[in-house]
Amino acid sequence: MTDRKTITLNMGPHHPATHGVLRVILELDGETVVDATPVIGYLHRGIEKICENRNYQQIIPLTDRLDYAAASANNIGYCLTVEKLMGIDVPKRAQYLRVIMAELARIMGHHLWIGTHALDIGAMTVIFYAFRDREMIMAINEEIAGYRLTPSFIRIGGVARDTTDEFIKLVRDFVKWFPKALEGYHTLLTKNKIWTTRTMNIGVISAKEAINYGLTGPSLRGSGVAYDVRKAFPYSSYNDFEFQVPIGENGDVYDRFLVRMEEFKQSINIIGQAIENLPAGPIQTDNPWISSPGLPEVQNDISALIRRFMINARGAAVPVGEVYSAVEGAKGELGFYLVGDGSEHPYRLKIRSSCFYLASALPRLLVGHMVADAVAIIGSLDVVLGEIDR
Amino acid sequence: MELNAIVNAISEKCPGSILKQTENHGINEITVSAQCFYEVMQTLQGDGCGFDMLTDVVGIDRMPRAPRFDLLYVLLSMKDFSRLIVRLEAGEGQEVPSVSSIWHSANWGEREVFDLMGINFSNHPDLRRILTWENFDGHPLRKDFPLEGKDFDKPFDTKTVKDYC
Repeated sequence: MTDRKTITLNMGPHHPATHGVLRVILELDGETVVDATPVIGYLHRGIEKICENRNYQQIIPLTDRLDYAAASANNIGYCLTVEKLMGIDVPKRAQYLRVIMAELARIMGHHLWIGTHALDIGAMTVIFYAFRDREMIMAINEEIAGYRLTPSFIRIGGVARDTTDEFIKLVRDFVKWFPKALEGYHTLLTKNKIWTTRTMNIGVISAKEAINYGLTGPSLRGSGVAYDVRKAFPYSSYNDFEFQVPIGENGDVYDRFLVRMEEFKQSINIIGQAIENLPAGPIQTDNPWISSPGLPEVQNDISALIRRFMINARGAAVPVGEVYSAVEGAKGELGFYLVGDGSEHPYRLKIRSSCFYLASALPRLLVGHMVADAVAIIGSLDVVLGEIDR
Repeated sequence: MELNAIVNAISEKCPGSILKQTENHGINEITVSAQCFYEVMQTLQGDGCGFDMLTDVVGIDRMPRAPRFDLLYVLLSMKDFSRLIVRLEAGEGQEVPSVSSIWHSANWGEREVFDLMGINFSNHPDLRRILTWENFDGHPLRKDFPLEGKDFDKPFDTKTVKDYC
């Protein structure tokens, strides 16, 4: 017999409410959490090490596997970093297509979040509606990229292929349909008494602390800090579009929920603007170092054939230098620190994962709450283990 | 914040600590010496400079070079959304003062560098491996770490793993 007053509860790594393989060791006094230790690394694949041994183009599908719930946003972050180091300008049409894909990915990520978050708290209905609408985005991804969850549609210097009429139609249909669906989510949750009781004043973190813990994205904005990489460091023509950065007041689970609900609306606005104003023009930059020549050129010109072979077989060389570039992923600031050494492989690629720092704040957020609230707090941070563990 | 203003603020507190200052693809960067590294970081976080978020900690292995590692701290100011990269060169086995008492985010950031790069931090509250397991041998992101680890095909021995509780 020990005379410990507390008991240890091992939550995860296979617990459905930890959204993957997050393990949290909870020290409980009765039902109150007195200490929490997150344990990560169960999904560590060594992506940063793999990247050092791959061509720059081969890394694009690897970045899909970071935040797999919103895969396109990762592609853009990576490609922008390489382009920044190479000094490449991307054509306007490709930039707009990237924006469409990134915002669709954000909505897709938020769909997964709202479905599972509500399911964790006990509202089972929401996930069916969320996944019904998520399926529509999957169909759009499939139409333009051929893949549903991990499109790998973005390329260094542009995008993989041009739009089809079907794609435009699907996106327009979705833009028209989604506000109605969003109202449905609001009806199910926003004023639901059980929902508000379970989420209000739970997991409160002040703006100052949230910044100090390195929280970014909706979790930071829920605490009232209007930091959005799309506004602070605009990339990929984001300053062409009109959108708001929603912020919360109290920094609790409910505010983070409201921020993401409003982000649904802003994202669908951006997609609507981008698809209606989609400029004509090329979808790939005309840079001989990175862009593969087209098929007619290859069939008639031996130098174009050699260039295509070199770019595809050997890879594109990136100049010596170091660069940090970040994008607003679905969960927060997704940054890449790239060190190029003049070869076809990165010397070092550090991925700044937003979820990594979100999970590091878990002990601060969980202590003092009930076990049942722990589930709500983990859900409200919206961590994806693929990005934490890399 | 302007690079000159940052440099002045640091030079007032700890003169001679800035070895180099550059602008790299639109982001200001300073290289600082190891002696008064902690004081420099404190100055940067203070109200004068206002870099209140430590976005990331990056370790780079420059293997044959004499101080083997580059340690980078990517800072962000929430006032004017400006970034600053602080670079510190660290030799093998050298202890770098932890900044986790200044920014909480450094806690896990430094743990990751310790785990994958093998740089030690002094005064860190909880310096354990984070992505690999407890008795893992080596530091995977070092350049001399083999791509195919030894015993990679052997089954994982659960008995040797120290349990948490």
